[in-house]
Amino acid sequence: MSTASHAGPHPHGAAPDGHDVHDNEEPHGSLRDYVTGFVLSVILTAIPFWLVMAHVFKNPTVTAFSVMALAGVQIVVHMIYFLHMTPKAEGGWNMLALIFTLVLVTIALSGSMWVMYHLNNNMMPTSPMTEGTMPPGTTNMPGGTMTEGDKVGGNTMGPGDMGGMKMAPPASARDPRTMP
Amino acid sequence: MSSSSSSGALAADQHARAFHLASEDEHHPENGTMLGFWIYLMSDCLIFAALFATYAVLGTSYAGGPSQAELFKLPTVALNTSMLLLSSITYGFAMLAMAKGNRGATLIWLGITGLFGAAFVGLELQEFGELIRDGAGPQRSAFLSSFFALVGTHGLHVSVGIVWLITLMVQVGRKGLIQANRRRLMCLSLFWHFLDVIWIGVFSFVYLIGVLR
Repeated sequence: MSTASHAGPHPHGAAPDGHDVHDNEEPHGSLRDYVTGFVLSVILTAIPFWLVMAHVFKNPTVTAFSVMALAGVQIVVHMIYFLHMTPKAEGGWNMLALIFTLVLVTIALSGSMWVMYHLNNNMMPTSPMTEGTMPPGTTNMPGGTMTEGDKVGGNTMGPGDMGGMKMAPPASARDPRTMP
Repeated sequence: MSSSSSSGALAADQHARAFHLASEDEHHPENGTMLGFWIYLMSDCLIFAALFATYAVLGTSYAGGPSQAELFKLPTVALNTSMLLLSSITYGFAMLAMAKGNRGATLIWLGITGLFGAAFVGLELQEFGELIRDGAGPQRSAFLSSFFALVGTHGLHVSVGIVWLITLMVQVGRKGLIQANRRRLMCLSLFWHFLDVIWIGVFSFVYLIGVLR
């Protein structure tokens, strides 16, 4: 593909002079590759900006998922047309390193969000440092955690469990309001 | 290649062969460089993954401070994004000029790429300056700390890329498109396009989705 378009609209004398250029020819891509990638990128960038700025969807969740999906497609476009990723590049080692990295990135991102989301849900803030992030109406009064836990009810990992943990009484004992 | 009669060259040949099983017909030293540089980029990708994860966790911890929707100006971000996209295609043109062996055109396209990159960094610094002046600096809230860490690290990468680009322009200007300079330009090409890929994540996840919240 790349050799065909090299020979096409832009004839140049690089191919015959052999060694040097031949070494580098494969990873370059062609003019058509770059232009295709650029046009696709512009489209894939413009759509998410338009979705958000023009409020196309009423539901922000739909917009968010659309934006992330388009970003994923655009990353693939860049990988193919600008970074010239092919399964055969560097004898497959490039692709192997990429797949390994993607696995690690997925674990790091989804794992962090999953763990920290549950941590935020299950632990009530205890110090003024975190008070600003607290939902209105929830306090950390002694015994308050139990009633909160009762309200949650079906959630087996709810704050009711936290009240039974060994950490809870010292945490409230170290309440900064009692400190000088 | 023809001088592989001495034992030292033979040993080097064997060594190179150890990780070039599928492409033995064209194993050159720069292949090793390109693979090594790719692995560096993957490790850089992990740094950004950690920063993205930090932002994902802390992005809603405002500490009573301003939120994304109050701070971010999407037209500026769109302009910034187009600067980086344009710099990607102009770097591609520089690589095509290099493949043709055209030193002048390579230098011109590299220069244009550098200007787009500088415009990107300039716009970003201006945005940071405005945020800090409005009291929304990195010390304001956990959200802003993680925002400055993530976007700042990307901007730092672009800045270093510009320094590298200028260095290579000087080297190409003085020594021409020799083999070593071609290899260096190809490494910078990977680096530059990789930063564009990271920026896709930044403008989608940080700016666009941030404004939705």
